[in-house]
Amino acid sequence: MTPDQLGFLTLLKKEVMRFWSVLGQTVTAPVITALLYLLVFAQAMAGRAPVYPGIGYTEFLIPGLVMMTVIQNAFANTSSSLMQSKMMGNIVFLQMAPLGPLQWFAAYILAAIARCALVSVAMVLATLPFVQLPVREPLAALAVFLLAAGSLAALGLIAGIVAEKFDHIAAFTNFLITPLSFLSGVFYSVHALPPLWFKASHLNPFFYMIDGFRYGFFGHGDVPIALSLAWSLGFFLLVSAICMWMLVTGYRLKR
Amino acid sequence: MYSNPQKTDAAAGTAALQIRDVRKRYGSLEALRGVSFDIAPGEFFALLGPNGAGKSTLISIIAGLVGADTGSVAVMGHDTVKDFRAARRKLGVVPQELVFDPFFKVRELLRIQAGYYGCGKESWPWIEEMLERLDLASKTEVSMRALSGGMKRRVLIAQALVHKPPLVILDEPTAGVDVELRRTLWAFMRELHAQGTTVVLTTHYLEEAQELCSRVAILDRGAVQVIEPTPQLLARHPYRFLRLKLAGGAQLPESLRELVTANVEGVMELKLETRRHPIGAVFEALRSAGLAIEDVQTREPDLEDIFIELTGHKAGNGR
Repeated sequence: MTPDQLGFLTLLKKEVMRFWSVLGQTVTAPVITALLYLLVFAQAMAGRAPVYPGIGYTEFLIPGLVMMTVIQNAFANTSSSLMQSKMMGNIVFLQMAPLGPLQWFAAYILAAIARCALVSVAMVLATLPFVQLPVREPLAALAVFLLAAGSLAALGLIAGIVAEKFDHIAAFTNFLITPLSFLSGVFYSVHALPPLWFKASHLNPFFYMIDGFRYGFFGHGDVPIALSLAWSLGFFLLVSAICMWMLVTGYRLKR
Repeated sequence: MYSNPQKTDAAAGTAALQIRDVRKRYGSLEALRGVSFDIAPGEFFALLGPNGAGKSTLISIIAGLVGADTGSVAVMGHDTVKDFRAARRKLGVVPQELVFDPFFKVRELLRIQAGYYGCGKESWPWIEEMLERLDLASKTEVSMRALSGGMKRRVLIAQALVHKPPLVILDEPTAGVDVELRRTLWAFMRELHAQGTTVVLTTHYLEEAQELCSRVAILDRGAVQVIEPTPQLLARHPYRFLRLKLAGGAQLPESLRELVTANVEGVMELKLETRRHPIGAVFEALRSAGLAIEDVQTREPDLEDIFIELTGHKAGNGR
């Protein structure tokens, strides 16, 4: 193994150890929150007509809830890690280390994906006694999962770089991530929306992540899977490019 | 055991640190105004200057934390921008601020730090040695957030040395630390220096710089005011100091009063220009005035005097 590879793996391991050391906050809490959504919405919507033929509301809800949790946790993982390092000042150890921008990017993104995988598996396992989901297109589900977690992790890095205090991260979460994830068809099919909101939903990249992920389970979605994959990939490339530009130029990191 | 890390670079005649016309501006403030100097392999070098002189900015540029507007820096011949990986592997910096990662325990943190530099398990014995030498052996499994300030400072020093860099920069490492840590740190750094490590030190304790460093640079207002071997710098100071107490609390004759720089409870310090005011002439003047000396001491100028002479400030004081 070359020193560069070891440096990258160390940063990845450190980022995984960071969220692992506070597992109650980083994995257990989001799983419990998602399960509460499931409990409340499944009860409230019980008896309604199925969204997709032959698929109960609880089944319909679970993939969307998992993806919404992935979106929120991927963002939270990278943004909070980088922000804490900036506020505590220990980011200097990374800045002085012989690690390049790509190593930073890949290590932070992969650690966030690992956290999201853990949260997703925990959620699916926790719902197993109630609902057994089919997985008709596992590769599609995996591809959308990776692109969504990667995109939001990159967006979290951008937020962590731009933010000067925790309030700025909270603003990103409260005014961007949470509204877009709630208005992305987690709890409903966008076909049930009025025409204006139906059209607006199609401009929301999170909608394609949730719909594409749901397609992976049921083989059925509101839009073709190719479109969901294209939007997810496009969004990933866009935020990754912005993030890499910031890391390469040292934007807001180098004084 | 810390093996001589820089034989190759020294043999090749490469400067341990080469700084060329480095300039940095923050808005209207010109923090560095074309700083250039070299530090040879194996030197114990002091970088001194009053607060705001530009020392920390220069160190941050060397470490890659700040980008210079113009100029270049090379560590062991490796440009810190174009060849940043190689340059950073040769450099260890102890930052001035007490920064730490609260998620990890001491040993864990040092192993992570070594990993960043591409050092695997082979570095673990060195980490254990450092833990021992810096009196951290009993804290290896303690979380960083639970350590006292002094202990955190020790970890910072270990972090800078974890990859055995041939060039170590200590940015005010003894600010606010107790005597024991100072003694431990300097003994350890002397040992590393004897084994070939180049050490650059910034400190407000000028007696430390005078005792440890073979060469001194004084930075002021973003420019190098002087850079000389320590003995030469001390020798070029044209003054010496005479402390005396006159019997019966008598006053000095008129001709000597202008030389007094301090008077504390009857003990007067006279600043004598070596050529114009030989000590013998002072004694002769006292004898002529019929004054008896109760106590007398002479003091050679130290780095503090040179520092004040060049910058107009006491070490550690801002403008």
